[in-house]
Amino acid sequence: MPTSPASSDTPGWRPAASLKTLRLRARLLAETRGFFAARGLLEVETPQLSAAAATDLHLESLAARSPGGELSGWLHTSPEFPMKRLLAAGSGDIWQLARVFRGAERGRRHNPEFSLLEWYRVGWNAATLMDEVESLLRVLAEGRVELAAAQRLSYREAFARHAGLDPFEAGAAELAGALTARGVALPPGLEDDLPACLDLALAVLVEPALDPSTPVFVYDFPVSHAALARIRPGEPPVAERFELFLGGMELANGFHELGDPAEQQARFEAELALRRTRGLVAPPMDRRMLAGLAAGLPDCAGVALGFDRLVMILAGASHIDEVLAFPWGDA
Amino acid sequence: MATYSTNEFRSGLKILLDGDPCVVLENEFVKPGKGQAFNRVRIRNLKTGRVNEKTFKSGESVDAADVVETDMQYLYYDGEFWHFMVPDTYEQYAADANVVADAKDWLKEQDLSQVTLWNGQPLLVSPPNFVELKIVETDPGVRGDTATGGQKPAKLETGAIVRVPLFIEEGEVIRVDTRTGAYVSRVK
Repeated sequence: MPTSPASSDTPGWRPAASLKTLRLRARLLAETRGFFAARGLLEVETPQLSAAAATDLHLESLAARSPGGELSGWLHTSPEFPMKRLLAAGSGDIWQLARVFRGAERGRRHNPEFSLLEWYRVGWNAATLMDEVESLLRVLAEGRVELAAAQRLSYREAFARHAGLDPFEAGAAELAGALTARGVALPPGLEDDLPACLDLALAVLVEPALDPSTPVFVYDFPVSHAALARIRPGEPPVAERFELFLGGMELANGFHELGDPAEQQARFEAELALRRTRGLVAPPMDRRMLAGLAAGLPDCAGVALGFDRLVMILAGASHIDEVLAFPWGDA
Repeated sequence: MATYSTNEFRSGLKILLDGDPCVVLENEFVKPGKGQAFNRVRIRNLKTGRVNEKTFKSGESVDAADVVETDMQYLYYDGEFWHFMVPDTYEQYAADANVVADAKDWLKEQDLSQVTLWNGQPLLVSPPNFVELKIVETDPGVRGDTATGGQKPAKLETGAIVRVPLFIEEGEVIRVDTRTGAYVSRVK
């Protein structure tokens, strides 16, 4: 007869997600695979562990190290750099579902380890890629969740409509005023950080005002938010970047990819300089990716979609833990 | 002084904001894509009782508030202060009307209440959720009337007035929910 009485210090072992949700997750994954296979994209796998890391000011890469220190690297925050090396090598259209890691991100819509669905289309731009993102949403939502027709709103229109200001003209003081008027006091240290003021206004003024059942693509970002997107000259110049909002969350982020190695390196260096100024870790930039760009990245557009959040929407979950077998804290 | 990072914020944590002790009620992490992360926190000011929302840059630190909650026995009222004692140590604390506030309606000598101390001084007094108090004044009971749902005012030994069913008599002990001030049941 087994005698192993559960003692009070037995750690919790049961999954956070219900088995029903895990079955839905598996079906969505199979349908996603079918979607890309039918469209002729090549499924690829790239390393999670890399010698280089993202330099983004607001992405925290996790350092990985063997006990003796013989191996030391970084867990990726997205598979973007090696996927661009594949594109430069002539892979053509590619996709993957990658497990990625971002330190210090935990909340109702964040788990430090999560699944990113990322794909690239050669010869496409932001507008055509937004169409395909919408198609994928429709296929996966079919028979599960009612989706309204997608809307497209430039970053400027989104702010004009929901924050009552022009994000390309407004200074930190005007943004602070708009936030205060809605009961959000500017946190200390933001007075002279215009990009962060825009981030806060997007998160607390724009995002909550968008209809949760309508996929809304926000596109043409300020150049301060270009990340890895191309900049289209004009008055003002804009970054060819888009984000998709659905279910009150940011679901995807896409770029018409920057292909110029010199500009890419300058952006890496500027981010690393800012990281050092702020006393943050400055991980090594990905020089192999820069070499790939130098060899020639085909004109392409790419997008990364938070797969866990998509499952949340289709499962009607309000917390990311409801769609993860073992979220952080339980893992 | 101890500090907490926004990453450690959880419900019940006591922090110092603009010089006032506050308790964290809810903490929501928001982060636009590749942008700055924030914590939007719902906070109750323990001095004023007011609930506010405050936004922090994630990772920022705030001072901890030296706030402890202790069960204390209510001793007596001297006309100006309400006196409490920690049963184990016999330490005594005096709380004024601002601190005792509405709890005074439910304080009965010898009963235990939760007293919140901030830097060693009483900050607020929370009576137990349910108290049993004697009725010292009410209209005569209506016998047998347990079904009509009619109510009448009754004055309790602490001076509080609560609405009770018609059949309740003067001198009876009743159970009251201190959070709503509502009659719960008769105590035999």
